[in-house]
Amino acid sequence: MRKPTFSIGGVHPHDSKISRECRIEPMPLPDSAFLAVSQHIGAPAKPLVAVGDKVKVGQPIAEPGGFVSAYIHASVSGTVKSIAPRADLAGNPVMTIEIAREGDEWMEGIDQSDTLVTDIPDDNKALLEKIKLGGIVGLGGATFPTHVKLSPPPGSKCERLIINGCECEPYLTSDFRVLLEKGEQVIVGAAILKQVLGGVPCTVAIEENKPEAIAHINEVIAKLQKLSPKFNGIEVMTMKMRYPQGGEKQLIDAVMHRQVGSGALPISVGAVVQNVGTALAVYDMVQKNKPLIDNTVTVTGECFPHQANLLVRVGTPLRSILEHLGGIPEEAVKVISGGPMMGKAVANLDAATLKGTGALLLLTEKQTARKEEGPCIRCGKCAEACPMGLEPFLLQKLSRNGDVEALEANAAQDCIECGCCLYSCPANIPLLDIIRLGKADAMKAIRDRAAKK
Amino acid sequence: MNILVSPNPHIHSKWSTRSLMTDVVIALLPAAICSVVFYGWREALVLAVSVLSCVGFEWLITRCLMKQRSTICDMSAVVTGLLLGMNLPFTTPWWMVMIGALVAIGIAKMTFGGLGQNVFNPALVGRVFLLVSFPAVMTTWVGPVHFADAFTGSTPLSSVNEAILNGTPVTEITSQYSYGSMLLANLGGSAGEICALALLLGFVYLCVRKVIKPWITLSIFATVALTSLIFWGIDSARFTDPAFNLLSGGLILGACFMATDYVTSPMSTLGGIIFGVGIGFLTMMIRYFGSYPEGVSFAILIMNAFVPLLNRWCKQKKFGRA
Repeated sequence: MRKPTFSIGGVHPHDSKISRECRIEPMPLPDSAFLAVSQHIGAPAKPLVAVGDKVKVGQPIAEPGGFVSAYIHASVSGTVKSIAPRADLAGNPVMTIEIAREGDEWMEGIDQSDTLVTDIPDDNKALLEKIKLGGIVGLGGATFPTHVKLSPPPGSKCERLIINGCECEPYLTSDFRVLLEKGEQVIVGAAILKQVLGGVPCTVAIEENKPEAIAHINEVIAKLQKLSPKFNGIEVMTMKMRYPQGGEKQLIDAVMHRQVGSGALPISVGAVVQNVGTALAVYDMVQKNKPLIDNTVTVTGECFPHQANLLVRVGTPLRSILEHLGGIPEEAVKVISGGPMMGKAVANLDAATLKGTGALLLLTEKQTARKEEGPCIRCGKCAEACPMGLEPFLLQKLSRNGDVEALEANAAQDCIECGCCLYSCPANIPLLDIIRLGKADAMKAIRDRAAKK
Repeated sequence: MNILVSPNPHIHSKWSTRSLMTDVVIALLPAAICSVVFYGWREALVLAVSVLSCVGFEWLITRCLMKQRSTICDMSAVVTGLLLGMNLPFTTPWWMVMIGALVAIGIAKMTFGGLGQNVFNPALVGRVFLLVSFPAVMTTWVGPVHFADAFTGSTPLSSVNEAILNGTPVTEITSQYSYGSMLLANLGGSAGEICALALLLGFVYLCVRKVIKPWITLSIFATVALTSLIFWGIDSARFTDPAFNLLSGGLILGACFMATDYVTSPMSTLGGIIFGVGIGFLTMMIRYFGSYPEGVSFAILIMNAFVPLLNRWCKQKKFGRA
């Protein structure tokens, strides 16, 4: 049988999962943690602490600054040293709470043991509140506050929960390791999410290049289903390997054969998608009282001698992670936060990790240098690769000409910035770079029109 | 440490313009080698002069006229040269080949702005220019020199064309050719037309390497087969049968390598199918009713003109939009 996948476009980069055998190891605690108040989509969080305050691990230090926003917790214990703007990984100033670490003292009530807790409380309202208090955001990349995603707007109804374990980006292995090493916790987390959404069926989507994870999660589900009926209705779906399968819209298309409309949310077709890491964070908070203070970060690259999957406290400076693993090799020219297709190139190595930091990837000049741009030969490979069915060759031209009306008519605003077009272009035209500008113009035009109404 | 900062994606596929063009050259090699085996050194000379003049003219035009960096490294001029050479009789004098190359590169390609900008397939423009300027040379086909029954003067298609003009039943002509031998070695005709099997081999290579999609080619074959089936069914004395039409003349070369040229074919699958149907139908109309025995070149050039419209009309379905 053909394995399910999304219906339009996509590319097949080499998966390069060279760190797949590295077990998750805890990273030594940093001397200082730098916690940005804006590390989720939505309004920045408002600090709850003042300079000089003593804080413990897991203590809330900033509260949501709006409906779409999230709590932020101290990831180390110590003294709040400063609350001031600090350069993020792109070099832009972001309000940041700095904690100078003293020891490792946790808040009372947090269960640091490894004991698996499978009994899920029945009160859904309390569960949702707990997820909100845990500062949990989507760890698949977009960092959308999870409690907001779990509260469907009136009139819409969730029909299926999808746990995203595709990890379709080359090099990344953190979700794979989490599935292998913390599979039970992930499935309990999934059962909690499923219950909060009203007992909907749940699909754990894993790509075919992770057979160990697929086998393990199948075992875990079978084992847990013997314990409680709350684990019924959870199943693994083996997906074809294809990028960007883990894109929210693409995954819903692949699993449910429904396409989320332009500008619409997944819930409009009855879907809620949560990442593997998010399910684990939900388990940690609900069952163990541990808010989102750490996450798994893959550190990898062919030029990097010490591949690793590290459990890193949020707010750890990137430089200290790389130094812990033996420093940056000479050949490396680029440090990427995330995968090679959608990750962001790091301009400032003194920036700290965020909740959503899933990987640090080091690439050499040969691997990453852009080649010289040639003329478009109209091969159509960009349009073939675009998972949104757009025409990158056309959008790029319209964008260069600044034709906002035509950009909107040709759906530039639907671009998910996955990079498939630029990846496949034989003439090395910087399609996505240029389309991104046009997309911003088209979206602004749409917003302006909505504001006038 | 100096770190490089640029937007995503940070890696690139193995494709480049040059690698794609090189694949086309590789795909053309079996047929080119076959033609040299059948026709001998004069064929090799035609191919060599054609490739070298196309590359040479592109270099001269970019360097001396346009004062730009030369674009010959992208291999597209080699493809044009090879295709032009394979479309000419091996008896074509060298200076005529050079004129064809000048028209192909100079007029059909560079005046439009070079690679990617031309509306019409350069090699075909070069060939058609020679065909209308030097009809005698371009329609005199000498049979393969390495065969005892080498003959002069006609190809299967031109014989049929004559038969129609004289009122003789075409079956008298077509019965002289066995389809098996046409598949392996087409008697008479240009280099690119001689070995259908070698051309199809190249086409399969291009599809397997994902350089091209098969839809344009297949829709041309299907349309030619269907159109000739209808006409042949109506009057088999006047109209040739589908197998004869598929195997004769430049149809396979045109459908596999000329109609699938990136620059002058539609981008979308649907556009490509319409484009192929148009080429197949026009080819058969010219073969059946035109004064030229062969119509593939004209059919492709005519359909080239519709490509901008097809690109505008035939868009692929966008995600999540009705």
